[in-house]
Amino acid sequence: MQDFTLSQILVNLLMATKWTIALSAIAFVGGGLAGFVIMLLRISPNPWLRSLSILYIEIFEATPLLMQLFLVFFGLSVVFNLNLSPWLSAAIALTTYSSAFLADIWRGSVEAVPHGQWDASRSLGLAYSKQLQRIILPQAIRMSIPSTVGFAVQVIKGTSLASVIGFIELTRSASSISNVTFQPFLVYSLAAVIYFCLCFPLSLWSKHLEKQFTYSS
Amino acid sequence: MNYNPQFSVVWNNAGLFIQGVWLTFQITGVAIAFGLLLGILGAIGRTSDNRIANGIAITYVEFFRNTPFLIQLFFFFFGLPSIGVRMSPWQAAVLALAINFGAYATEIVRAGIEGIGKGQVEAGLALGFKPFQIFRHIVLIPALGNIYPALVSQIVIAVLFSSVVSQISAEELTFVGNYLQSRTFRSFEIYLAISFIYVALVWCLKAIAFLIQRRFFAFTQYIR
Repeated sequence: MQDFTLSQILVNLLMATKWTIALSAIAFVGGGLAGFVIMLLRISPNPWLRSLSILYIEIFEATPLLMQLFLVFFGLSVVFNLNLSPWLSAAIALTTYSSAFLADIWRGSVEAVPHGQWDASRSLGLAYSKQLQRIILPQAIRMSIPSTVGFAVQVIKGTSLASVIGFIELTRSASSISNVTFQPFLVYSLAAVIYFCLCFPLSLWSKHLEKQFTYSS
Repeated sequence: MNYNPQFSVVWNNAGLFIQGVWLTFQITGVAIAFGLLLGILGAIGRTSDNRIANGIAITYVEFFRNTPFLIQLFFFFFGLPSIGVRMSPWQAAVLALAINFGAYATEIVRAGIEGIGKGQVEAGLALGFKPFQIFRHIVLIPALGNIYPALVSQIVIAVLFSSVVSQISAEELTFVGNYLQSRTFRSFEIYLAISFIYVALVWCLKAIAFLIQRRFFAFTQYIR
Protein backbone atom coordinates (compact mmCIF):
# COMPACT_ATOMS: atom_id res chain seq x y z
CA MET A 1 0.00 0.00 0.00
CA GLN A 2 1.21 3.40 -0.97
CA ASP A 3 0.81 6.39 1.28
CA PHE A 4 -1.03 9.26 -0.33
CA THR A 5 -1.31 12.56 1.42
CA LEU A 6 -4.50 14.53 1.12
CA SER A 7 -2.88 17.02 -1.22
CA GLN A 8 -1.54 14.23 -3.46
CA ILE A 9 -5.02 12.74 -3.73
CA LEU A 10 -6.46 16.12 -4.58
CA VAL A 11 -3.77 16.90 -7.18
CA ASN A 12 -4.33 13.53 -8.87
CA LEU A 13 -8.07 14.02 -8.94
CA LEU A 14 -7.70 17.50 -10.36
CA MET A 15 -5.37 16.22 -13.08
CA ALA A 16 -8.02 13.68 -14.08
CA THR A 17 -10.64 16.43 -14.02
CA LYS A 18 -9.10 17.99 -17.10
CA TRP A 19 -10.06 14.84 -19.06
CA THR A 20 -13.59 15.09 -17.72
CA ILE A 21 -13.68 18.67 -18.99
CA ALA A 22 -12.14 17.73 -22.36
CA LEU A 23 -14.60 14.88 -22.93
CA SER A 24 -17.53 17.08 -21.89
CA ALA A 25 -16.41 19.79 -24.30
CA ILE A 26 -16.07 17.36 -27.21
CA ALA A 27 -19.44 15.76 -26.47
CA PHE A 28 -21.11 19.12 -26.12
CA VAL A 29 -19.66 20.68 -29.27
CA GLY A 30 -20.00 17.50 -31.36
CA GLY A 31 -23.47 16.86 -29.96
CA GLY A 32 -24.37 20.47 -30.66
CA LEU A 33 -23.36 20.25 -34.32
CA ALA A 34 -25.09 16.91 -34.90
CA GLY A 35 -28.04 18.00 -32.78
CA PHE A 36 -28.49 21.12 -34.88
CA VAL A 37 -28.74 19.05 -38.07
CA ILE A 38 -31.19 16.64 -36.42
CA MET A 39 -33.25 19.58 -35.17
CA LEU A 40 -33.41 20.93 -38.74
CA LEU A 41 -34.67 17.53 -39.94
CA ARG A 42 -37.12 17.43 -37.01
CA ILE A 43 -38.77 20.70 -38.03
CA SER A 44 -38.46 20.16 -41.79
CA PRO A 45 -41.64 20.15 -43.93
CA ASN A 46 -40.69 16.72 -45.33
CA PRO A 47 -42.59 14.04 -43.33
CA TRP A 48 -39.98 11.32 -44.04
CA LEU A 49 -37.11 13.35 -42.68
CA ARG A 50 -39.27 14.30 -39.73
CA SER A 51 -40.15 10.70 -38.87
CA LEU A 52 -36.52 9.66 -39.21
CA SER A 53 -35.36 12.32 -36.77
CA ILE A 54 -38.20 11.53 -34.35
CA LEU A 55 -37.12 7.89 -34.36
CA TYR A 56 -33.50 8.89 -33.73
CA ILE A 57 -34.43 11.15 -30.82
CA GLU A 58 -36.91 8.70 -29.28
CA ILE A 59 -34.48 5.77 -29.44
CA PHE A 60 -31.52 7.65 -28.00
CA GLU A 61 -33.64 9.19 -25.27
CA ALA A 62 -35.02 5.79 -24.32
CA THR A 63 -31.75 3.86 -23.94
CA PRO A 64 -29.37 4.20 -21.02
CA LEU A 65 -26.17 6.09 -21.81
CA LEU A 66 -24.29 3.12 -20.37
CA MET A 67 -25.79 0.83 -23.07
CA GLN A 68 -24.80 3.30 -25.79
CA LEU A 69 -21.25 3.31 -24.45
CA PHE A 70 -21.16 -0.51 -24.36
CA LEU A 71 -22.58 -0.76 -27.87
CA VAL A 72 -19.92 1.57 -29.26
CA PHE A 73 -17.02 0.21 -27.22
CA PHE A 74 -17.76 -3.53 -27.34
CA GLY A 75 -20.26 -3.72 -30.17
CA LEU A 76 -18.83 -1.56 -32.96
CA SER A 77 -15.33 -2.87 -32.45
CA VAL A 78 -16.56 -6.44 -32.98
CA VAL A 79 -18.86 -5.71 -35.92
CA PHE A 80 -16.50 -3.50 -37.90
CA ASN A 81 -13.38 -5.21 -36.61
CA LEU A 82 -12.09 -1.91 -35.29
CA ASN A 83 -10.00 -1.34 -32.25
CA LEU A 84 -11.77 1.68 -30.78
CA SER A 85 -9.99 3.24 -27.84
CA PRO A 86 -12.04 4.07 -24.73
CA TRP A 87 -11.34 7.72 -25.53
CA LEU A 88 -12.85 7.55 -29.02
CA SER A 89 -15.74 5.29 -27.95
CA ALA A 90 -16.67 7.65 -25.14
CA ALA A 91 -16.50 10.63 -27.48
CA ILE A 92 -18.75 8.93 -30.06
CA ALA A 93 -21.32 7.68 -27.54
CA LEU A 94 -21.53 10.96 -25.65
CA THR A 95 -21.78 12.93 -28.89
CA THR A 96 -24.73 10.90 -30.20
CA TYR A 97 -26.36 11.01 -26.76
CA SER A 98 -26.04 14.81 -26.53
CA SER A 99 -27.16 15.28 -30.13
CA ALA A 100 -30.52 13.61 -29.46
CA PHE A 101 -31.23 15.64 -26.33
CA LEU A 102 -30.03 18.95 -27.78
CA ALA A 103 -32.08 18.38 -30.94
CA ASP A 104 -35.15 17.85 -28.74
CA ILE A 105 -34.44 20.93 -26.62
CA TRP A 106 -33.92 23.12 -29.69
CA ARG A 107 -36.98 21.71 -31.42
CA GLY A 108 -38.95 22.91 -28.39
CA SER A 109 -37.52 26.42 -28.74
CA VAL A 110 -38.27 26.58 -32.47
CA GLU A 111 -41.84 25.48 -31.79
CA ALA A 112 -42.10 28.12 -29.07
CA VAL A 113 -41.61 30.85 -31.68
CA PRO A 114 -45.14 32.06 -32.46
CA HIS A 115 -46.44 30.62 -35.72
CA GLY A 116 -47.27 34.10 -36.99
CA GLN A 117 -43.54 34.69 -37.38
CA TRP A 118 -43.37 31.94 -40.02
CA ASP A 119 -46.45 33.28 -41.79
CA ALA A 120 -45.18 36.85 -41.70
CA SER A 121 -41.76 35.93 -43.05
CA ARG A 122 -43.32 33.84 -45.82
CA SER A 123 -45.65 36.64 -46.75
CA LEU A 124 -42.57 38.84 -47.15
CA GLY A 125 -41.41 36.41 -49.83
CA LEU A 126 -38.48 34.91 -47.93
CA ALA A 127 -37.34 31.42 -48.92
CA TYR A 128 -37.54 28.63 -46.31
CA SER A 129 -33.83 28.85 -45.55
CA LYS A 130 -34.02 32.61 -45.14
CA GLN A 131 -37.13 32.35 -42.93
CA LEU A 132 -35.20 30.04 -40.63
CA GLN A 133 -31.95 31.93 -40.77
CA ARG A 134 -33.21 35.47 -40.41
CA ILE A 135 -36.46 35.21 -38.48
CA ILE A 136 -37.00 31.96 -36.63
CA LEU A 137 -33.58 30.78 -35.44
CA PRO A 138 -32.43 34.08 -33.91
CA GLN A 139 -35.52 34.07 -31.69
CA ALA A 140 -35.37 30.34 -30.98
CA ILE A 141 -31.69 30.40 -30.04
CA ARG A 142 -32.28 33.12 -27.46
CA MET A 143 -35.01 31.04 -25.88
CA SER A 144 -32.98 27.84 -25.91
CA ILE A 145 -29.93 29.17 -24.08
CA PRO A 146 -31.06 28.45 -20.46
CA SER A 147 -31.96 24.80 -21.15
CA THR A 148 -28.87 24.31 -23.31
CA VAL A 149 -26.66 25.46 -20.44
CA GLY A 150 -28.69 23.21 -18.14
CA PHE A 151 -28.01 20.26 -20.44
CA ALA A 152 -24.26 20.94 -20.24
CA VAL A 153 -24.56 19.83 -16.60
CA GLN A 154 -26.08 16.52 -17.77
CA VAL A 155 -23.18 16.06 -20.19
CA ILE A 156 -20.55 16.62 -17.50
CA LYS A 157 -22.31 14.14 -15.21
CA GLY A 158 -22.69 11.75 -18.14
CA THR A 159 -18.94 11.65 -18.76
CA SER A 160 -18.56 9.84 -15.43
CA LEU A 161 -19.97 6.74 -17.16
CA ALA A 162 -17.03 6.74 -19.57
CA SER A 163 -15.00 5.46 -16.60
CA VAL A 164 -16.83 2.15 -16.97
CA ILE A 165 -15.25 1.42 -20.36
CA GLY A 166 -11.84 2.42 -19.00
CA PHE A 167 -11.52 6.04 -20.00
CA ILE A 168 -9.44 7.69 -17.30
CA GLU A 169 -11.29 10.76 -16.09
CA LEU A 170 -12.34 11.97 -12.66
CA THR A 171 -14.52 8.99 -11.66
CA ARG A 172 -12.04 6.40 -12.94
CA SER A 173 -9.18 8.08 -11.21
CA ALA A 174 -11.21 8.31 -7.98
CA SER A 175 -11.83 4.55 -8.17
CA SER A 176 -8.14 3.81 -8.71
CA ILE A 177 -7.00 6.11 -5.93
CA SER A 178 -9.54 4.71 -3.50
CA ASN A 179 -8.37 1.18 -4.34
CA VAL A 180 -4.78 2.14 -3.55
CA THR A 181 -5.41 4.24 -0.45
CA PHE A 182 -8.34 2.30 1.04
CA GLN A 183 -10.02 5.63 1.72
CA PRO A 184 -13.12 5.42 -0.48
CA PHE A 185 -15.11 7.72 1.80
CA LEU A 186 -12.61 10.56 1.46
CA VAL A 187 -11.78 10.04 -2.22
CA TYR A 188 -15.37 9.76 -3.48
CA SER A 189 -16.37 12.75 -1.35
CA LEU A 190 -13.59 14.81 -2.92
CA ALA A 191 -14.58 13.65 -6.41
CA ALA A 192 -18.18 14.59 -5.69
CA VAL A 193 -17.09 18.04 -4.53
CA ILE A 194 -15.04 18.55 -7.71
CA TYR A 195 -18.03 17.55 -9.88
CA PHE A 196 -20.18 19.89 -7.83
CA CYS A 197 -17.75 22.76 -8.45
CA LEU A 198 -17.97 22.08 -12.20
CA CYS A 199 -21.73 21.67 -12.39
CA PHE A 200 -23.18 24.02 -9.80
CA PRO A 201 -22.00 27.28 -11.43
CA LEU A 202 -23.52 26.10 -14.72
CA SER A 203 -26.80 25.25 -12.97
CA LEU A 204 -26.87 28.67 -11.33
CA TRP A 205 -26.08 30.35 -14.63
CA SER A 206 -28.85 28.42 -16.36
CA LYS A 207 -31.34 29.45 -13.65
CA HIS A 208 -30.17 33.07 -13.90
CA LEU A 209 -30.59 33.10 -17.70
CA GLU A 210 -34.04 31.63 -17.35
CA LYS A 211 -35.09 34.38 -14.94
CA GLN A 212 -33.59 37.05 -17.16
CA PHE A 213 -35.50 35.67 -20.09
CA THR A 214 -38.82 35.59 -18.22
CA TYR A 215 -38.40 39.23 -17.19
CA SER A 216 -37.43 40.48 -20.62
CA SER A 217 -40.28 38.80 -22.46
CA MET B 1 -17.69 -5.72 -42.64
CA ASN B 2 -17.74 -9.50 -42.54
CA TYR B 3 -19.13 -9.96 -39.08
CA ASN B 4 -21.77 -12.62 -38.75
CA PRO B 5 -24.14 -11.72 -35.92
CA GLN B 6 -25.57 -14.66 -33.96
CA PHE B 7 -28.74 -13.60 -32.25
CA SER B 8 -29.32 -17.14 -31.00
CA VAL B 9 -27.43 -16.11 -27.86
CA VAL B 10 -30.32 -13.74 -27.15
CA TRP B 11 -33.14 -16.23 -27.84
CA ASN B 12 -31.43 -19.02 -25.90
CA ASN B 13 -31.15 -16.84 -22.82
CA ALA B 14 -34.57 -15.21 -23.06
CA GLY B 15 -35.37 -16.39 -19.53
CA LEU B 16 -32.39 -14.49 -18.12
CA PHE B 17 -33.41 -11.33 -19.95
CA ILE B 18 -36.95 -11.56 -18.58
CA GLN B 19 -35.54 -12.06 -15.11
CA GLY B 20 -33.36 -9.01 -15.66
CA VAL B 21 -36.36 -6.91 -16.66
CA TRP B 22 -38.20 -8.04 -13.53
CA LEU B 23 -35.20 -7.13 -11.31
CA THR B 24 -34.88 -3.72 -12.99
CA PHE B 25 -38.59 -3.24 -12.43
CA GLN B 26 -38.24 -4.07 -8.71
CA ILE B 27 -35.20 -1.87 -8.09
CA THR B 28 -36.65 1.17 -9.84
CA GLY B 29 -40.13 0.60 -8.40
CA VAL B 30 -38.92 0.54 -4.80
CA ALA B 31 -36.50 3.41 -5.42
CA ILE B 32 -39.16 5.60 -7.03
CA ALA B 33 -41.60 4.95 -4.17
CA PHE B 34 -39.03 6.03 -1.57
CA GLY B 35 -37.74 8.81 -3.80
CA LEU B 36 -41.21 10.26 -4.21
CA LEU B 37 -41.63 10.28 -0.43
CA LEU B 38 -38.28 12.05 -0.12
CA GLY B 39 -39.35 14.48 -2.82
CA ILE B 40 -42.57 15.34 -1.00
CA LEU B 41 -40.69 15.82 2.29
CA GLY B 42 -38.06 17.89 0.48
CA ALA B 43 -40.72 20.03 -1.17
CA ILE B 44 -42.39 20.66 2.21
CA GLY B 45 -39.00 21.77 3.53
CA ARG B 46 -38.31 23.84 0.44
CA THR B 47 -41.61 25.74 0.67
CA SER B 48 -41.65 26.14 4.46
CA ASP B 49 -40.83 29.40 6.23
CA ASN B 50 -38.42 27.56 8.52
CA ARG B 51 -34.92 28.61 7.47
CA ILE B 52 -33.22 25.43 8.66
CA ALA B 53 -35.65 23.11 6.86
CA ASN B 54 -35.32 25.25 3.76
CA GLY B 55 -31.53 25.22 3.93
CA ILE B 56 -31.36 21.44 4.36
CA ALA B 57 -33.71 20.92 1.43
CA ILE B 58 -31.76 23.28 -0.87
CA THR B 59 -28.43 21.67 0.03
CA TYR B 60 -29.85 18.21 -0.59
CA VAL B 61 -31.32 19.13 -3.95
CA GLU B 62 -28.36 21.08 -5.30
CA PHE B 63 -25.76 18.58 -4.14
CA PHE B 64 -27.47 15.55 -5.63
CA ARG B 65 -28.46 17.27 -8.85
CA ASN B 66 -24.96 18.54 -9.50
CA THR B 67 -22.95 15.35 -8.98
CA PRO B 68 -23.00 12.25 -11.20
CA PHE B 69 -25.15 9.32 -10.17
CA LEU B 70 -22.19 6.93 -10.52
CA ILE B 71 -20.19 8.86 -7.91
CA GLN B 72 -23.19 8.87 -5.56
CA LEU B 73 -23.55 5.13 -6.03
CA PHE B 74 -19.85 4.47 -5.39
CA PHE B 75 -19.98 6.72 -2.35
CA PHE B 76 -22.87 4.76 -0.84
CA PHE B 77 -21.50 1.33 -1.71
CA PHE B 78 -17.73 1.77 -1.25
CA GLY B 79 -17.52 4.93 0.87
CA LEU B 80 -20.08 4.37 3.60
CA PRO B 81 -18.72 0.96 4.80
CA SER B 82 -15.56 2.75 5.96
CA ILE B 83 -17.64 4.66 8.48
CA GLY B 84 -19.44 1.47 9.49
CA VAL B 85 -22.53 1.52 7.26
CA ARG B 86 -22.61 -1.70 5.28
CA MET B 87 -25.13 -2.41 2.55
CA SER B 88 -25.75 -5.15 0.04
CA PRO B 89 -25.40 -4.08 -3.61
CA TRP B 90 -29.19 -4.15 -3.90
CA GLN B 91 -29.70 -1.91 -0.86
CA ALA B 92 -27.03 0.55 -1.98
CA ALA B 93 -28.54 0.63 -5.47
CA VAL B 94 -32.05 1.34 -4.20
CA LEU B 95 -30.77 3.92 -1.73
CA ALA B 96 -28.71 5.78 -4.33
CA LEU B 97 -31.51 5.71 -6.91
CA ALA B 98 -34.09 6.85 -4.35
CA ILE B 99 -31.98 9.72 -3.03
CA ASN B 100 -31.09 10.84 -6.56
CA PHE B 101 -34.72 10.64 -7.68
CA GLY B 102 -35.80 12.45 -4.50
CA ALA B 103 -33.61 15.45 -5.31
CA TYR B 104 -35.23 15.93 -8.72
CA ALA B 105 -38.67 15.10 -7.33
CA THR B 106 -38.26 17.80 -4.66
CA GLU B 107 -37.89 20.48 -7.31
CA ILE B 108 -40.76 19.07 -9.37
CA VAL B 109 -43.15 18.81 -6.40
CA ARG B 110 -42.10 22.26 -5.18
CA ALA B 111 -42.97 23.77 -8.56
CA GLY B 112 -46.35 22.03 -8.28
CA ILE B 113 -47.00 23.36 -4.77
CA GLU B 114 -45.98 26.88 -5.73
CA GLY B 115 -48.31 26.63 -8.71
CA ILE B 116 -51.30 26.35 -6.36
CA GLY B 117 -52.62 29.86 -5.72
CA LYS B 118 -52.68 31.26 -2.20
CA GLY B 119 -56.37 31.97 -2.69
CA GLN B 120 -57.05 28.23 -2.87
CA VAL B 121 -55.45 27.67 0.53
CA GLU B 122 -57.33 30.62 2.01
CA ALA B 123 -60.56 29.28 0.60
CA GLY B 124 -59.79 25.97 2.31
CA LEU B 125 -59.15 27.72 5.60
CA ALA B 126 -62.40 29.66 5.25
CA LEU B 127 -64.26 26.39 4.71
CA GLY B 128 -62.84 25.09 7.99
CA PHE B 129 -60.39 22.49 6.62
CA LYS B 130 -57.65 21.40 9.01
CA PRO B 131 -54.04 22.19 7.93
CA PHE B 132 -53.35 18.56 7.00
CA GLN B 133 -56.59 18.33 5.02
CA ILE B 134 -55.68 21.52 3.18
CA PHE B 135 -52.27 20.13 2.38
CA ARG B 136 -53.69 16.85 1.15
CA HIS B 137 -56.81 17.87 -0.77
CA ILE B 138 -56.08 21.41 -1.89
CA VAL B 139 -52.31 21.49 -2.29
CA LEU B 140 -50.92 18.00 -2.85
CA ILE B 141 -53.40 16.25 -5.15
CA PRO B 142 -54.00 19.13 -7.60
CA ALA B 143 -50.25 19.83 -7.52
CA LEU B 144 -49.58 16.19 -8.44
CA GLY B 145 -51.89 16.59 -11.39
CA ASN B 146 -49.96 19.63 -12.59
CA ILE B 147 -46.54 18.07 -12.23
CA TYR B 148 -47.48 14.66 -13.57
CA PRO B 149 -45.75 15.03 -16.98
CA ALA B 150 -42.48 16.20 -15.39
CA LEU B 151 -42.68 13.36 -12.90
CA VAL B 152 -43.16 10.80 -15.66
CA SER B 153 -40.03 12.00 -17.50
CA GLN B 154 -38.11 11.77 -14.25
CA ILE B 155 -39.35 8.19 -13.75
CA VAL B 156 -38.16 7.34 -17.26
CA ILE B 157 -34.75 8.77 -16.36
CA ALA B 158 -34.73 6.65 -13.19
CA VAL B 159 -35.36 3.50 -15.25
CA LEU B 160 -32.46 4.41 -17.53
CA PHE B 161 -30.20 5.30 -14.59
CA SER B 162 -30.92 1.96 -12.99
CA SER B 163 -28.63 0.37 -15.61
CA VAL B 164 -25.73 2.07 -13.84
CA VAL B 165 -26.23 0.04 -10.64
CA SER B 166 -24.83 -2.97 -12.52
CA GLN B 167 -21.47 -1.33 -11.74
CA ILE B 168 -21.72 -2.30 -8.07
CA SER B 169 -22.97 -5.73 -9.22
CA ALA B 170 -26.56 -5.14 -8.22
CA GLU B 171 -28.50 -7.61 -10.34
CA GLU B 172 -30.75 -6.14 -13.01
CA LEU B 173 -31.06 -6.05 -16.79
CA THR B 174 -27.65 -4.55 -17.59
CA PHE B 175 -26.02 -6.90 -15.09
CA VAL B 176 -27.54 -9.82 -17.02
CA GLY B 177 -26.02 -8.35 -20.19
CA ASN B 178 -22.57 -8.03 -18.65
CA TYR B 179 -22.79 -11.56 -17.31
CA LEU B 180 -23.80 -13.07 -20.67
CA GLN B 181 -21.24 -10.95 -22.51
CA SER B 182 -18.44 -12.24 -20.33
CA ARG B 183 -19.50 -15.86 -21.05
CA THR B 184 -20.28 -15.70 -24.76
CA PHE B 185 -18.29 -12.67 -26.04
CA ARG B 186 -21.37 -11.83 -28.17
CA SER B 187 -21.26 -8.25 -26.91
CA PHE B 188 -22.87 -6.62 -29.95
CA GLU B 189 -25.95 -8.88 -30.06
CA ILE B 190 -26.46 -8.81 -26.30
CA TYR B 191 -26.13 -5.06 -25.81
CA LEU B 192 -28.25 -4.37 -28.89
CA ALA B 193 -30.98 -6.63 -27.53
CA ILE B 194 -30.79 -5.00 -24.11
CA SER B 195 -30.93 -1.52 -25.63
CA PHE B 196 -34.11 -2.47 -27.45
CA ILE B 197 -35.57 -3.94 -24.26
CA TYR B 198 -34.95 -0.60 -22.54
CA VAL B 199 -36.57 1.23 -25.46
CA ALA B 200 -39.58 -1.09 -25.19
CA LEU B 201 -39.76 -0.60 -21.40
CA VAL B 202 -39.63 3.18 -21.71
CA TRP B 203 -42.21 3.32 -24.50
CA CYS B 204 -44.58 1.04 -22.51
CA LEU B 205 -44.07 3.21 -19.44
CA LYS B 206 -44.91 6.34 -21.43
CA ALA B 207 -48.03 4.70 -22.87
CA ILE B 208 -49.23 3.58 -19.43
CA ALA B 209 -48.47 7.03 -18.03
CA PHE B 210 -50.57 8.59 -20.76
CA LEU B 211 -53.53 6.32 -19.94
CA ILE B 212 -53.21 7.09 -16.23
CA GLN B 213 -53.11 10.79 -16.95
CA ARG B 214 -56.31 10.57 -18.97
CA ARG B 215 -58.02 8.55 -16.25
CA PHE B 216 -56.93 10.31 -13.02
CA PHE B 217 -55.59 13.74 -13.85
CA ALA B 218 -58.06 14.77 -16.51
CA PHE B 219 -59.21 17.47 -14.07
CA THR B 220 -55.97 19.44 -14.54
CA GLN B 221 -57.38 20.91 -17.74
CA TYR B 222 -60.12 22.59 -15.68
CA ILE B 223 -57.81 24.30 -13.16
CA ARG B 224 -56.41 27.44 -14.71
